[in-house]
Amino acid sequence: MCTMIVEKVKVDGSGKGRDGWFKLEHASVSFDHPFNSPLEHALNIDFVNESHGPSARVAVELSEQAARELVRTILEVLDQAEASGHLGNGQA
Amino acid sequence: MYRTDMYEGLLAETVTMTGANGDVINAYLARPLGPGPFPAMVLAHHMPGWDEWYREATYKFAHHGYITISPNLYFRAGHGTPEDVAAKVRGDGGIPDEQAVGDLAGAMHFVSALPYSNGKVGIFGTCSGGRHAYLAACRAPGFDAVVDCWGGRVVMAPDQLNDKCPVSPLDYTGDLSCPILGIFGNEDANPTPAQVDQHEAELKKHGKSYEFHRYDGAGHGFFYYHAAAYRQPQAVDGWQKVFAFLEKYLL
Repeated sequence: MCTMIVEKVKVDGSGKGRDGWFKLEHASVSFDHPFNSPLEHALNIDFVNESHGPSARVAVELSEQAARELVRTILEVLDQAEASGHLGNGQA
Repeated sequence: MYRTDMYEGLLAETVTMTGANGDVINAYLARPLGPGPFPAMVLAHHMPGWDEWYREATYKFAHHGYITISPNLYFRAGHGTPEDVAAKVRGDGGIPDEQAVGDLAGAMHFVSALPYSNGKVGIFGTCSGGRHAYLAACRAPGFDAVVDCWGGRVVMAPDQLNDKCPVSPLDYTGDLSCPILGIFGNEDANPTPAQVDQHEAELKKHGKSYEFHRYDGAGHGFFYYHAAAYRQPQAVDGWQKVFAFLEKYLL
């Protein structure tokens, strides 16, 4: 933990890990050393369910630019969904 | 110095040991075969966890003649691949400093009690392990040498302190009980060269025995041959400095 910059947020949804799909409980968002990306620090997101142990994890490690672009894109998609009347009704 | 006509044997295995709060945790132990007496090393693993690099570092020190133990500082986070366990610890904001010091002190007591120990124990760590090694050398009496490789957050601003890290390690410098070797990259962002200057000034102020080596063209983690941060000439020279320093204080 070299930067210790981390936030944990409760999430509702599913993730696909090495043993298949599982229910997500939290996402840990950190800016710290990645395990695989060739960056000294990355924006790391670990989608986890701690009740299933440390292996229930879906991980991404993004550059700062990629992370910011992803956030913008998620918000754009949600805006489009809202404009099309797909949000708030719980329908698939 | 190893010669090609020498007999050499190592024993390496997982062991259990008593750590902070009397907790039993696991550790990796490697030692040269033979009656000894051998000096010992405690390795404080880095943020990416109790991983393959630390297994290899444990063999490496044993190959150089040291009984070497690497305690699993993330034992209490559960078990899985080193990455998954380390990701959990990262998400939890790290481990408490007091717990790391207790585990590392437990590892020191474990190796110094072995019948083939010469009674001298050093401690080595990289990244967060460099910081933990420094903390242990300040807080746990009994270490004879400490090697801090690019330990980040040795110098902490007041707004970085929290329940797990309540005191900046720099503030413990007066209690440092042994000589220190510091290995740093001048392109590192954590610690920055300015923070290394601050650390050095504090050591000087307290009259501590220290040796700092700072490498141009290297950043954080430049010993890690499996990562983009690897810098071959600097890493080779750094390892030579590590073993020369340990030979001076542990043999």
